[in-house]
This record gives sequence, structure tokens and C-alpha cells, in this order.
Amino acid sequence: MSALNRLNALKNLSTRQVLYLRNVLFVLALLPLARLVLFVFLDRLGANPIEFITRNTGDWALYFLTITLAVTPLRRLTGWNWLVRLRRMLGLYAFFYVFLHFTIFFWLDHFFDFQEMWKDIVKRPFITVGMLAFALLIPLAITSTNAMVRRLGGKRWQWLHRLTYVIVPLGVLHFWWVKAGKNLLAQPILFTTIVAALLLMRILSQKNRQQLAQLFSRRDAGAGAGTDLVKESK
Amino acid sequence: MLIKIRPDQIDIPLASEITPQEVFASRRAFIAKMAAGAIAGGGMGLIGSGNAFAQSATARKLAAKLNSSYAVMDKPTAYQDATTYNNYYEFGTDKSDPAKTAGTLKTNPWTVSIEGEVKKPFTLDLDALTKLAPLEERIYRLRCVEGWSMVIPWIGYSLSALIKKADPTGNAKYIEFVTLADKKQMPGLSDPILQWPYTEGLRMDEANHPLTLLTLGMYGEVLPNQNGAPVRVVVPWKYGFKSAKSIVKIRFLKEQPKTAWNMYAAREYGFYSNVNPEVDHPRWSQATERRIGEDGFFARKRKTLMFNGYNDVAGLYTGMDLKKYF
Repeated sequence: MSALNRLNALKNLSTRQVLYLRNVLFVLALLPLARLVLFVFLDRLGANPIEFITRNTGDWALYFLTITLAVTPLRRLTGWNWLVRLRRMLGLYAFFYVFLHFTIFFWLDHFFDFQEMWKDIVKRPFITVGMLAFALLIPLAITSTNAMVRRLGGKRWQWLHRLTYVIVPLGVLHFWWVKAGKNLLAQPILFTTIVAALLLMRILSQKNRQQLAQLFSRRDAGAGAGTDLVKESK
Repeated sequence: MLIKIRPDQIDIPLASEITPQEVFASRRAFIAKMAAGAIAGGGMGLIGSGNAFAQSATARKLAAKLNSSYAVMDKPTAYQDATTYNNYYEFGTDKSDPAKTAGTLKTNPWTVSIEGEVKKPFTLDLDALTKLAPLEERIYRLRCVEGWSMVIPWIGYSLSALIKKADPTGNAKYIEFVTLADKKQMPGLSDPILQWPYTEGLRMDEANHPLTLLTLGMYGEVLPNQNGAPVRVVVPWKYGFKSAKSIVKIRFLKEQPKTAWNMYAAREYGFYSNVNPEVDHPRWSQATERRIGEDGFFARKRKTLMFNGYNDVAGLYTGMDLKKYF
């Protein structure tokens, strides 16, 4: 079988195959956390464990945000439409690692001193944008269930979830400012490039968007379009 | 001296103080072999600190008498932490990098040249430096600008002894430390993160303050490479980056020298950089700090002390606005 054929064969996975993939991904996405927990017990977090955990959860938050943003462009490039059925879980994992990252900050750095934390948020731009990205992620996590999609209606749901296009750049900016203080810009530049490319691919696929617009108008006419949109939209 | 060692740590750095030299040396050799084996077997990832052990395996003992008037009561940081968590960009930007890569640093032969506003410039080799004044052990707090701290038993003598020997002219108002920048020995130099060589400086009265330590060792041994071997300064009331490592040149100057981090970001890293809980770094508060290896996982950070607790130096800054001259 040629490479192209193999690629095409992956276009049509059965529901069972997709579910299987999703389960595998579910476990894989937990590994970074498992590693951290294991390191706590093995005393492998180094001299400054809290710094290690803060950075590590932040890194993984950024990885998952970027991966989530890559789903649609990747789907368009490969024609693997089932990829979109992994997207919600990836997005929720992004939220999960951002939440851990925030919790470490609020708990081990500020010991739930809300006033101190607020002072930090207002005073320091890199924390401001990080916190803003976290705050914007909350409504997306809340509205990630099928029931919420139905309640909002597909179109409104989709508009809300376009916040992702703001959230991920905010996350990259947060990362950039953290690293800029020590002049370590190689990684921030890499993430900026990747995220910019992923956003650009959306803008450039004008043609696709027009096609999608037609698709939406057809779908919206039908009943119970919402659930389908979670799987098929964008 | 009391050093808390976690039960899982197999190395006992202070064995030098209680073990006969030969036994101590053979134990070191054994550890070196173990570490080398771990590296050869690709087990580095599991051992993690293998190189740090290898480093200390070659370390020479350095005899010094504890000067109790310069010893804080805080518990010294574990040797393992102090030698594996280092900011030394010439050997990589990750704090675990220097312990892994600083093995390439050649510390012998080594000379320090004394230049600038002195009656007569000269150079000192390591032997001459070591014998210039009686070596003392001093236990100092070390506060990093990043918000963490350690307690290190350094070995050296007051920089003032060297300054006296240098015999600076009346024009000398500042002192500049120029550190080694050799691409062959320092892999981090290929990144233009800072302007190499890394330079630091002090006002003459700061340099002459008895607390300012010309440092040749720590934990009873010569300095490990990742900690700034073979000679560095330690200025305990200032943020750690002021304490230049691996010094090759000491210059006496009329004007305030340009310093590495200040040149990179003057707004964030001032020339003085005295530890000051009331002057925040633009990106974080300096009011508190985390003591490495001691404060438990869920412990609140401890309050940072003015001048890192070294109030003796307050007189150096009488009448100065320390918010302006941060």
C-alpha cells in the first residue's frame, strides 16, 4: 500500500476505532501529571520542587492549547475528519493543566491570600495575561458538554469557543514574558511561530470558510444541529 | 557544622571532616566510578546527579577555620542542592545544566590579573591567591534575585586583603570583576544571552567591607566548577548575580563599571542590587523567598530580610534612596 493510500485509509475510521483512540489519548494525556506525582515520591523534582511543578504544568498547558488549536488545520490537511472528535478532550486537558498551573500559583505561592494574589495580577503584566487566559478558558470548559452546546445553539456555541483564538496567543505572550526576563527566547519564538501559523491557516482558508458557511446554513435548518456541530464544525 | 542530609542521599559531603584522608579519597574514587558507570550505562537519567558526584569526586579538601562571627545560625543547604541548582549561564540556562556541563572548565593553571587604577598591575596564580591571607570558613545566606535562597559554608578571606595587596591609587572608586569567557570550555557562550564575558562590579567601600568574601571553596572543599571555580566573590547582602564566578581579572576603576545583567535589563537589575524586600523586581515581589531544601512543600515562603539580614552594611548607603539606586 502506498503512503497516500495509507493516508486515505485513515480518513474513514469507525466510531469504535475513534473511541479507542480517544481512550488511548485520555491515558496518554494523564502521563505528565503521573510523572509529576511519581517524581514527588522519588524526590526527583530537584532543589526547588515548586518551581519545577509550576513550570512543568505551565509547559503542558501550552502544549495542549497548541495541540487543540492544531486539530482543525490538521483535519483540513489530512482529511481525517474524526480528529475533531478528539478536540473537546484535548481542550479540556489544556484547561486541566492550566488549572493545575494556577492552583500551584494560588496555593503554594500565595497560600490562598486573595489580596496578595490580586496585587500580583494587577501589578505584573505577565501574570495579568496568564490570569486572563485562564479566566477566558473557564466558560469554554463549562460549555463543553453536549447539553450546553444544545442549550446555546451551535452557532452561538461556536462564536463563544472562538475565544480560543485569543486564549492561546495570551498563553504564548505569558510564556514569552516569563522567559524574556532571562533572555531565553528560543522556545517562545517557536511557540509564537507555530501558533501564528495555525491561526494564519484559518485566515487563509477563505475558500473552506465559504464552504463551511454553506454547510452551516444547511445544518441550522435541520433540527438538533448542535450536537453535530461539536463533531463537525470549524 | 551541622548539615541536614535527607536519608535518601548517599553522598556525605562533609565526610572530609570526620574521615581520614585516604579513606575519604578512596570513597570519593568509588563514587566517581559509580557515577562514571552510570553515565557509561546510559543510566544518567535515573541517577540524575551523577555528574555532580563526579565533580565532587575530584574535589580537593580545603582546610579553613570557621569564623564564627561570620556564621549565620541558619541550617546550611544540602551540598547536593547547592551543587545541582545553579545559575551559571556560561554552562547552560537550565539550573541543572552547570552540574552536568561544567566538567570542561579547566581551573588549573589559573591566574587573576589585577589592573586599572593600581600603582603596579600584576597577576596572581591560584597558589598565591590561596596563600594571600588565612582561609576562613563563613556561613552566609545567599539570596537569588529569583526569589529563592540557600545557606552556604564558603571558604575564603575578605576581599579587602587582596585590595590592600593591589594597592589601588586614589582614583579607584569602583572595582570590576571580569570572568572567564572561553567557548572551548563553556558551552553556554554560543548563546548570546548576555554580553560575554560576564562582568560585575562594586563600589570600593562595598568591596572593602569585611563581609565581601574572595572565595576559593565551599563545604570544606575547593569550589566545584558549577559554583564558580576556582575563584569567585561572594557579596552576601546583594542578590546572587552580583557575586561573580570564575574571575580572571580584577580592575580598579574611576567610573562605575557596566555590569552584565544591568546591560541586559537596566530596569530589572540595578547596579547595587542590594537584597531589599521593599523594592520589587518588575515581574515579582521580593518580599518573600523560598529556602531551598528546607522549607517544606506546603510551607509558606519566608520573609526576605533587608540586606539579606546583614544590617552591618546599612552604613554604606546612608542618605541614599535605595528605591532609586536599586
